[in-house]
Amino acid sequence: MKQKFGIKEVVAIGIGTALFVVLTNVQIPFGIIPNTALQSRVAILTFFAAVFGPVVGGAIGLIGHALGDALFYGGVWWSWVFPDAVFGILVGIFASKYAIKEGGFGKKAIILFNVIQVVANAIAWILVAPVLDILIYAEPTDKVFIQGALAFIGNIIVSGVLGTLIAAAYSKVGAKSSSLTKE
Amino acid sequence: MARILTYTEKNTWIHRLSGVTKLLFFLSWSVVGMLTYDTRVLLTMLVISLIIFKISKTEWKQIGTVFKFILLFLLLNLLTVFVFSPYEGTKIYGTKTVLCQLVGNYAITKEQLFYELNIMFKYFTVIPIVLMFIVTTNPSEFAASLNHIGVSYKVGYAVAIALRYVPDVQSDFNKIKHAQEARGIEMSGKASLKSRIKSMASIIFPLIFSSMDRIDVVSNAMELRGFGKNKKRTWYSGKALQRNDYLTIGFVIVFCIAALFITFRDGSRFYNPFL
Repeated sequence: MKQKFGIKEVVAIGIGTALFVVLTNVQIPFGIIPNTALQSRVAILTFFAAVFGPVVGGAIGLIGHALGDALFYGGVWWSWVFPDAVFGILVGIFASKYAIKEGGFGKKAIILFNVIQVVANAIAWILVAPVLDILIYAEPTDKVFIQGALAFIGNIIVSGVLGTLIAAAYSKVGAKSSSLTKE
Repeated sequence: MARILTYTEKNTWIHRLSGVTKLLFFLSWSVVGMLTYDTRVLLTMLVISLIIFKISKTEWKQIGTVFKFILLFLLLNLLTVFVFSPYEGTKIYGTKTVLCQLVGNYAITKEQLFYELNIMFKYFTVIPIVLMFIVTTNPSEFAASLNHIGVSYKVGYAVAIALRYVPDVQSDFNKIKHAQEARGIEMSGKASLKSRIKSMASIIFPLIFSSMDRIDVVSNAMELRGFGKNKKRTWYSGKALQRNDYLTIGFVIVFCIAALFITFRDGSRFYNPFL
Protein backbone atom coordinates (compact mmCIF):
# COMPACT_ATOMS: atom_id res chain seq x y z
CA MET A 1 0.00 0.00 0.00
CA LYS A 2 2.94 2.30 0.63
CA GLN A 3 4.83 1.69 -2.58
CA LYS A 4 2.39 2.87 -5.24
CA PHE A 5 2.29 6.44 -6.38
CA GLY A 6 -1.37 7.33 -6.05
CA ILE A 7 -3.48 10.43 -5.64
CA LYS A 8 -2.73 10.73 -1.95
CA GLU A 9 1.00 10.73 -2.62
CA VAL A 10 0.65 13.41 -5.29
CA VAL A 11 -1.31 15.64 -2.94
CA ALA A 12 0.99 14.87 0.00
CA ILE A 13 4.01 15.96 -2.03
CA GLY A 14 2.19 19.14 -3.06
CA ILE A 15 0.94 20.18 0.36
CA GLY A 16 4.06 18.93 2.15
CA THR A 17 6.21 20.99 -0.16
CA ALA A 18 4.02 24.04 0.42
CA LEU A 19 4.40 23.58 4.20
CA PHE A 20 8.14 23.10 3.85
CA VAL A 21 8.42 26.26 1.75
CA VAL A 22 6.35 28.38 4.13
CA LEU A 23 8.36 27.23 7.15
CA THR A 24 11.66 28.03 5.41
CA ASN A 25 11.49 31.33 7.18
CA VAL A 26 10.73 29.95 10.64
CA GLN A 27 14.03 29.10 12.19
CA ILE A 28 16.19 29.80 15.21
CA PRO A 29 19.70 30.82 14.08
CA PHE A 30 22.80 29.40 15.73
CA GLY A 31 24.66 32.67 15.47
CA ILE A 32 27.71 33.50 13.44
CA ILE A 33 27.85 30.60 10.95
CA PRO A 34 25.60 31.44 7.98
CA ASN A 35 23.00 29.00 6.74
CA THR A 36 22.84 26.98 9.96
CA ALA A 37 19.87 27.16 12.29
CA LEU A 38 17.24 25.08 14.02
CA GLN A 39 14.95 24.77 11.02
CA SER A 40 11.33 24.01 11.71
CA ARG A 41 10.87 22.82 8.13
CA VAL A 42 13.02 19.79 8.93
CA ALA A 43 10.26 18.59 11.26
CA ILE A 44 7.82 18.71 8.33
CA LEU A 45 10.16 16.75 6.10
CA THR A 46 10.78 14.11 8.77
CA PHE A 47 7.09 13.76 9.54
CA PHE A 48 5.92 13.53 5.92
CA ALA A 49 8.68 11.06 5.03
CA ALA A 50 7.80 8.91 8.02
CA VAL A 51 4.08 8.93 7.20
CA PHE A 52 4.06 8.75 3.39
CA GLY A 53 7.30 6.93 2.55
CA PRO A 54 10.50 7.49 0.55
CA VAL A 55 9.02 8.89 -2.69
CA VAL A 56 7.09 11.62 -0.91
CA GLY A 57 9.98 12.30 1.49
CA GLY A 58 12.55 12.58 -1.25
CA ALA A 59 10.33 14.74 -3.44
CA ILE A 60 9.47 17.15 -0.61
CA GLY A 61 13.16 17.45 0.29
CA LEU A 62 14.18 18.11 -3.31
CA ILE A 63 11.35 20.33 -4.58
CA GLY A 64 10.72 21.99 -1.22
CA HIS A 65 14.31 22.96 -0.60
CA ALA A 66 14.92 24.19 -4.15
CA LEU A 67 11.64 26.10 -4.28
CA GLY A 68 11.94 27.48 -0.74
CA ASP A 69 15.47 28.72 -1.36
CA ALA A 70 14.45 30.27 -4.66
CA LEU A 71 11.37 32.00 -3.23
CA PHE A 72 12.99 33.32 -0.07
CA TYR A 73 16.65 33.77 -0.93
CA GLY A 74 16.54 34.13 -4.71
CA GLY A 75 19.21 31.48 -5.20
CA VAL A 76 19.40 27.71 -5.04
CA TRP A 77 22.29 26.17 -3.13
CA TRP A 78 22.21 22.78 -4.88
CA SER A 79 24.74 21.08 -2.64
CA TRP A 80 22.30 21.50 0.25
CA VAL A 81 19.21 20.58 -1.72
CA PHE A 82 20.28 16.99 -2.38
CA PRO A 83 21.08 16.11 1.24
CA ASP A 84 17.50 17.01 2.17
CA ALA A 85 16.23 14.65 -0.54
CA VAL A 86 18.60 11.92 0.66
CA PHE A 87 17.37 12.43 4.21
CA GLY A 88 13.71 12.23 3.14
CA ILE A 89 14.30 9.02 1.20
CA LEU A 90 16.25 7.34 4.01
CA VAL A 91 13.67 8.17 6.67
CA GLY A 92 10.87 7.20 4.30
CA ILE A 93 12.22 3.74 3.46
CA PHE A 94 11.13 2.48 6.87
CA ALA A 95 7.76 4.25 6.82
CA SER A 96 5.71 1.08 7.16
CA LYS A 97 7.73 0.07 10.24
CA TYR A 98 6.69 3.18 12.19
CA ALA A 99 3.00 2.60 11.37
CA ILE A 100 2.18 6.20 12.28
CA LYS A 101 -1.09 6.31 10.34
CA GLU A 102 -2.23 2.98 11.72
CA GLY A 103 -1.80 4.30 15.26
CA GLY A 104 1.10 2.00 16.08
CA PHE A 105 3.75 4.60 16.89
CA GLY A 106 4.72 3.13 20.27
CA LYS A 107 8.00 2.90 22.18
CA LYS A 108 9.69 0.49 19.77
CA ALA A 109 8.74 2.50 16.72
CA ILE A 110 9.89 5.72 18.40
CA ILE A 111 13.32 4.25 19.11
CA LEU A 112 13.64 2.88 15.57
CA PHE A 113 12.48 6.21 14.14
CA ASN A 114 15.10 8.13 16.10
CA VAL A 115 17.95 5.77 15.29
CA ILE A 116 17.15 6.05 11.58
CA GLN A 117 16.68 9.77 11.85
CA VAL A 118 20.16 10.25 13.39
CA VAL A 119 21.82 7.93 10.86
CA ALA A 120 20.03 9.61 7.93
CA ASN A 121 21.00 13.06 9.19
CA ALA A 122 24.60 11.96 9.57
CA ILE A 123 24.75 10.62 6.03
CA ALA A 124 23.03 13.70 4.62
CA TRP A 125 24.85 16.47 6.48
CA ILE A 126 28.23 15.12 7.51
CA LEU A 127 28.82 13.20 4.28
CA VAL A 128 26.75 14.36 1.31
CA ALA A 129 26.47 18.11 1.96
CA PRO A 130 30.16 18.96 2.59
CA VAL A 131 31.36 16.68 -0.20
CA LEU A 132 28.99 18.35 -2.67
CA ASP A 133 30.02 21.77 -1.36
CA ILE A 134 33.62 20.98 -2.16
CA LEU A 135 32.90 19.31 -5.51
CA ILE A 136 30.45 21.88 -6.80
CA TYR A 137 31.45 25.14 -5.19
CA ALA A 138 35.13 24.50 -4.26
CA GLU A 139 34.62 25.98 -0.81
CA PRO A 140 37.24 25.62 1.96
CA THR A 141 37.15 22.15 3.57
CA ASP A 142 37.10 23.24 7.23
CA LYS A 143 34.24 25.64 6.69
CA VAL A 144 31.92 23.18 4.95
CA PHE A 145 32.51 20.41 7.46
CA ILE A 146 31.80 22.73 10.38
CA GLN A 147 28.64 23.97 8.63
CA GLY A 148 27.68 20.36 7.92
CA ALA A 149 28.26 19.33 11.53
CA LEU A 150 26.16 22.23 12.81
CA ALA A 151 23.37 21.38 10.38
CA PHE A 152 23.59 17.78 11.60
CA ILE A 153 23.24 18.80 15.26
CA GLY A 154 20.44 21.26 14.54
CA ASN A 155 18.53 18.77 12.42
CA ILE A 156 18.75 15.85 14.84
CA ILE A 157 17.37 18.13 17.55
CA VAL A 158 14.47 19.24 15.36
CA SER A 159 13.72 15.80 13.89
CA GLY A 160 14.18 14.11 17.26
CA VAL A 161 12.13 16.48 19.40
CA LEU A 162 9.52 18.01 17.09
CA GLY A 163 9.42 15.09 14.65
CA THR A 164 8.82 12.50 17.35
CA LEU A 165 6.24 14.63 19.16
CA ILE A 166 4.27 15.37 16.00
CA ALA A 167 4.36 11.75 14.86
CA ALA A 168 3.26 10.51 18.29
CA ALA A 169 0.44 13.03 18.49
CA TYR A 170 -0.75 12.33 14.97
CA SER A 171 -0.57 8.61 15.53
CA LYS A 172 -2.94 9.00 18.50
CA VAL A 173 -5.39 11.52 17.08
CA GLY A 174 -5.27 11.55 13.32
CA ALA A 175 -5.03 7.88 12.50
CA LYS A 176 -7.65 6.53 10.12
CA SER A 177 -8.60 9.42 7.94
CA SER A 178 -9.95 8.59 4.51
CA SER A 179 -12.54 5.93 3.96
CA LEU A 180 -12.12 5.96 0.20
CA THR A 181 -9.78 3.45 -1.39
CA LYS A 182 -8.75 3.20 -5.00
CA GLU A 183 -10.16 0.25 -6.88
CA MET B 1 5.07 38.29 5.06
CA ALA B 2 5.52 40.38 1.98
CA ARG B 3 8.99 39.01 1.55
CA ILE B 4 8.11 35.99 -0.52
CA LEU B 5 8.45 36.27 -4.29
CA THR B 6 5.42 35.72 -6.48
CA TYR B 7 4.47 35.58 -10.13
CA THR B 8 3.35 38.91 -11.56
CA GLU B 9 1.53 39.17 -14.85
CA LYS B 10 3.23 41.38 -17.42
CA ASN B 11 3.54 41.41 -21.18
CA THR B 12 7.19 41.14 -22.19
CA TRP B 13 8.64 38.50 -24.49
CA ILE B 14 10.17 36.79 -21.47
CA HIS B 15 6.73 36.40 -19.92
CA ARG B 16 5.45 34.99 -23.19
CA LEU B 17 8.14 32.29 -23.32
CA SER B 18 7.04 28.82 -22.37
CA GLY B 19 7.72 27.61 -18.84
CA VAL B 20 9.85 24.78 -20.22
CA THR B 21 12.20 27.23 -21.90
CA LYS B 22 12.60 29.23 -18.73
CA LEU B 23 13.13 26.11 -16.63
CA LEU B 24 15.78 24.77 -19.03
CA PHE B 25 17.46 28.15 -19.10
CA PHE B 26 17.44 28.44 -15.32
CA LEU B 27 18.75 24.91 -14.75
CA SER B 28 21.57 25.03 -17.29
CA TRP B 29 22.48 28.55 -16.20
CA SER B 30 22.83 27.50 -12.58
CA VAL B 31 24.78 24.35 -13.50
CA VAL B 32 27.31 26.43 -15.43
CA GLY B 33 27.35 29.04 -12.68
CA MET B 34 28.06 26.25 -10.20
CA LEU B 35 30.84 24.63 -12.20
CA THR B 36 32.83 27.56 -13.46
CA TYR B 37 35.23 29.68 -11.45
CA ASP B 38 36.51 31.37 -14.57
CA THR B 39 36.26 35.09 -13.98
CA ARG B 40 35.84 35.93 -17.66
CA VAL B 41 32.95 33.50 -18.06
CA LEU B 42 31.34 34.68 -14.83
CA LEU B 43 31.54 38.33 -15.90
CA THR B 44 29.96 37.57 -19.28
CA MET B 45 27.18 35.65 -17.56
CA LEU B 46 26.68 38.48 -15.11
CA VAL B 47 26.23 41.00 -17.91
CA ILE B 48 23.78 38.74 -19.77
CA SER B 49 21.84 38.08 -16.55
CA LEU B 50 21.49 41.79 -15.91
CA ILE B 51 20.34 42.47 -19.49
CA ILE B 52 17.71 39.72 -19.28
CA PHE B 53 16.63 41.02 -15.92
CA LYS B 54 16.22 44.52 -17.38
CA ILE B 55 14.15 43.20 -20.30
CA SER B 56 11.80 41.32 -17.96
CA LYS B 57 10.72 44.72 -16.53
CA THR B 58 10.93 43.45 -12.98
CA GLU B 59 10.48 46.26 -10.52
CA TRP B 60 12.54 46.88 -7.43
CA LYS B 61 9.55 46.61 -5.12
CA GLN B 62 8.91 43.04 -6.31
CA ILE B 63 12.35 41.85 -5.29
CA GLY B 64 13.84 44.58 -3.09
CA THR B 65 13.47 42.95 0.33
CA VAL B 66 14.58 39.55 -0.92
CA PHE B 67 17.58 41.13 -2.58
CA LYS B 68 18.72 42.89 0.60
CA PHE B 69 18.45 39.61 2.44
CA ILE B 70 20.60 37.87 -0.18
CA LEU B 71 23.25 40.58 0.15
CA LEU B 72 23.41 40.10 3.90
CA PHE B 73 23.69 36.36 3.51
CA LEU B 74 26.38 36.74 0.86
CA LEU B 75 28.46 39.04 3.07
CA LEU B 76 28.23 36.63 5.98
CA ASN B 77 29.32 33.76 3.77
CA LEU B 78 32.30 35.68 2.40
CA LEU B 79 33.36 36.59 5.93
CA THR B 80 33.07 32.98 7.08
CA VAL B 81 35.17 31.76 4.17
CA PHE B 82 37.84 34.26 5.20
CA VAL B 83 37.70 33.34 8.89
CA PHE B 84 38.00 29.62 8.24
CA SER B 85 40.44 29.71 5.39
CA PRO B 86 42.27 33.02 4.90
CA TYR B 87 44.72 31.43 2.45
CA GLU B 88 42.28 29.46 0.26
CA GLY B 89 43.08 31.80 -2.64
CA THR B 90 46.81 31.29 -2.17
CA LYS B 91 46.29 27.54 -2.26
CA ILE B 92 44.30 27.76 -5.49
CA TYR B 93 46.34 30.27 -7.44
CA GLY B 94 49.74 29.22 -6.16
CA THR B 95 51.12 32.67 -5.37
CA LYS B 96 50.98 34.86 -2.27
CA THR B 97 50.79 38.63 -2.44
CA VAL B 98 50.17 40.08 1.00
CA LEU B 99 48.35 43.39 0.93
CA CYS B 100 47.86 43.97 4.63
CA GLN B 101 48.94 41.97 7.68
CA LEU B 102 46.21 41.43 10.28
CA VAL B 103 46.44 39.93 13.77
CA GLY B 104 48.00 36.51 14.25
CA ASN B 105 47.95 34.22 11.26
CA TYR B 106 45.52 36.38 9.27
CA ALA B 107 46.55 38.50 6.34
CA ILE B 108 44.64 39.90 3.42
CA THR B 109 46.14 38.62 0.20
CA LYS B 110 45.36 39.59 -3.38
CA GLU B 111 44.62 35.94 -4.21
CA GLN B 112 42.09 35.62 -1.39
CA LEU B 113 40.31 38.81 -2.46
CA PHE B 114 40.19 37.54 -6.04
CA TYR B 115 38.86 34.14 -4.94
CA GLU B 116 36.12 35.73 -2.84
CA LEU B 117 35.29 38.12 -5.66
CA ASN B 118 34.69 35.05 -7.82
CA ILE B 119 32.38 33.56 -5.18
CA MET B 120 30.46 36.82 -5.21
CA PHE B 121 30.17 36.77 -9.00
CA LYS B 122 28.88 33.21 -8.80
CA TYR B 123 26.01 34.42 -6.67
CA PHE B 124 25.29 37.44 -8.82
CA THR B 125 25.18 35.51 -12.09
CA VAL B 126 22.49 33.16 -10.83
CA ILE B 127 20.39 35.45 -8.61
CA PRO B 128 18.83 37.59 -11.39
CA ILE B 129 17.89 34.45 -13.36
CA VAL B 130 16.23 32.78 -10.37
CA LEU B 131 14.34 35.94 -9.48
CA MET B 132 13.27 36.33 -13.09
CA PHE B 133 12.18 32.72 -13.38
CA ILE B 134 9.92 33.08 -10.37
CA VAL B 135 8.35 36.43 -11.14
CA THR B 136 7.72 35.67 -14.83
CA THR B 137 6.47 32.06 -14.81
CA ASN B 138 2.80 31.30 -14.30
CA PRO B 139 2.58 28.29 -11.92
CA SER B 140 -0.18 26.40 -13.76
CA GLU B 141 1.49 26.96 -17.10
CA PHE B 142 4.70 25.70 -15.54
CA ALA B 143 3.06 22.42 -14.47
CA ALA B 144 1.67 21.97 -17.96
CA SER B 145 5.06 22.56 -19.53
CA LEU B 146 6.73 20.07 -17.20
CA ASN B 147 4.34 17.50 -18.62
CA HIS B 148 5.16 18.60 -22.16
CA ILE B 149 8.85 17.82 -21.73
CA GLY B 150 8.03 14.28 -20.65
CA VAL B 151 7.75 14.53 -16.88
CA SER B 152 4.85 12.41 -15.60
CA TYR B 153 1.76 14.55 -15.18
CA LYS B 154 1.44 13.36 -11.61
CA VAL B 155 4.76 14.98 -10.77
CA GLY B 156 3.72 18.09 -12.66
CA TYR B 157 0.52 18.16 -10.67
CA ALA B 158 2.38 17.73 -7.37
CA VAL B 159 4.48 20.78 -8.23
CA ALA B 160 1.37 22.70 -9.28
CA ILE B 161 -0.34 21.85 -6.00
CA ALA B 162 2.74 22.98 -4.08
CA LEU B 163 2.79 26.34 -5.84
CA ARG B 164 -0.97 26.68 -5.56
CA TYR B 165 -1.03 26.02 -1.80
CA VAL B 166 1.95 28.09 -0.67
CA PRO B 167 -0.20 31.22 -0.16
CA ASP B 168 -2.95 29.20 1.58
CA VAL B 169 -0.54 27.52 3.96
CA GLN B 170 1.13 30.88 4.50
CA SER B 171 -2.15 32.45 5.56
CA ASP B 172 -2.92 29.46 7.83
CA PHE B 173 0.50 29.92 9.36
CA ASN B 174 -0.08 33.62 10.01
CA LYS B 175 -3.48 32.99 11.57
CA ILE B 176 -2.07 30.35 13.90
CA LYS B 177 0.90 32.51 14.77
CA HIS B 178 -1.26 35.52 15.63
CA ALA B 179 -3.58 33.34 17.68
CA GLN B 180 -0.68 31.89 19.65
CA GLU B 181 0.89 35.30 20.13
CA ALA B 182 -2.41 36.60 21.44
CA ARG B 183 -2.22 33.83 24.00
CA GLY B 184 1.15 35.17 25.12
CA ILE B 185 3.70 33.02 23.30
CA GLU B 186 7.02 34.75 22.77
CA MET B 187 8.48 34.25 19.28
CA SER B 188 11.28 36.83 19.28
CA GLY B 189 14.91 36.43 20.30
CA LYS B 190 14.19 37.41 23.87
CA ALA B 191 12.99 33.97 24.93
CA SER B 192 15.35 31.13 25.87
CA LEU B 193 16.22 28.40 23.36
CA LYS B 194 14.02 25.81 25.04
CA SER B 195 10.96 28.01 25.14
CA ARG B 196 11.55 29.07 21.55
CA ILE B 197 11.51 25.44 20.44
CA LYS B 198 8.32 25.04 22.42
CA SER B 199 6.69 28.04 20.76
CA MET B 200 7.83 26.71 17.38
CA ALA B 201 6.01 23.48 18.21
CA SER B 202 2.87 25.35 19.22
CA ILE B 203 2.64 26.74 15.69
CA ILE B 204 3.71 23.65 13.78
CA PHE B 205 1.32 21.26 15.51
CA PRO B 206 -1.94 22.91 14.44
CA LEU B 207 -0.42 23.68 11.05
CA ILE B 208 0.42 20.03 10.36
CA PHE B 209 -2.92 18.78 11.59
CA SER B 210 -4.88 21.21 9.43
CA SER B 211 -2.65 20.32 6.48
CA MET B 212 -3.27 16.60 6.95
CA ASP B 213 -6.99 17.36 6.79
CA ARG B 214 -6.41 19.40 3.68
CA ILE B 215 -4.57 16.51 2.05
CA ASP B 216 -7.60 14.30 2.66
CA VAL B 217 -10.03 16.87 1.30
CA VAL B 218 -8.00 17.61 -1.82
CA SER B 219 -7.16 14.00 -2.61
CA ASN B 220 -10.77 12.90 -2.14
CA ALA B 221 -11.91 15.66 -4.44
CA MET B 222 -9.36 14.63 -7.06
CA GLU B 223 -10.31 10.99 -6.67
CA LEU B 224 -13.98 11.81 -7.23
CA ARG B 225 -13.06 13.57 -10.45
CA GLY B 226 -11.13 10.55 -11.67
CA PHE B 227 -7.60 11.94 -11.39
CA GLY B 228 -4.92 9.45 -12.41
CA LYS B 229 -7.31 7.20 -14.28
CA ASN B 230 -5.79 7.71 -17.71
CA LYS B 231 -2.20 7.76 -18.90
CA LYS B 232 -2.51 11.26 -20.34
CA ARG B 233 -4.34 14.46 -19.60
CA THR B 234 -4.84 17.77 -21.30
CA TRP B 235 -3.93 21.15 -19.88
CA TYR B 236 -5.92 24.34 -19.87
CA SER B 237 -2.92 26.64 -19.58
CA GLY B 238 -0.38 24.68 -21.61
CA LYS B 239 1.64 26.50 -24.26
CA ALA B 240 3.33 25.01 -27.28
CA LEU B 241 6.94 25.95 -27.96
CA GLN B 242 7.28 28.83 -30.42
CA ARG B 243 10.06 30.37 -32.46
CA ASN B 244 11.40 32.47 -29.57
CA ASP B 245 11.48 29.40 -27.33
CA TYR B 246 13.63 27.48 -29.79
CA LEU B 247 15.92 30.48 -30.22
CA THR B 248 16.35 30.84 -26.46
CA ILE B 249 17.00 27.13 -25.91
CA GLY B 250 19.47 27.12 -28.79
CA PHE B 251 21.26 30.13 -27.35
CA VAL B 252 21.55 28.69 -23.86
CA ILE B 253 22.87 25.34 -25.13
CA VAL B 254 25.53 26.97 -27.29
CA PHE B 255 26.45 29.39 -24.54
CA CYS B 256 26.79 26.69 -21.87
CA ILE B 257 28.98 24.48 -24.06
CA ALA B 258 31.20 27.45 -24.92
CA ALA B 259 31.39 28.54 -21.28
CA LEU B 260 32.35 25.08 -20.06
CA PHE B 261 34.88 24.71 -22.89
CA ILE B 262 36.59 27.99 -21.97
CA THR B 263 36.52 27.11 -18.27
CA PHE B 264 38.04 23.66 -18.52
CA ARG B 265 40.36 24.19 -21.52
CA ASP B 266 43.43 24.65 -19.32
CA GLY B 267 42.52 21.74 -17.06
CA SER B 268 41.39 23.84 -14.10
CA ARG B 269 38.11 25.54 -13.34
CA PHE B 270 39.89 28.62 -12.01
CA TYR B 271 41.11 31.49 -14.16
CA ASN B 272 44.52 32.47 -12.89
CA PRO B 273 45.66 36.05 -13.51
CA PHE B 274 48.61 35.72 -11.12
CA LEU B 275 50.86 33.62 -13.32
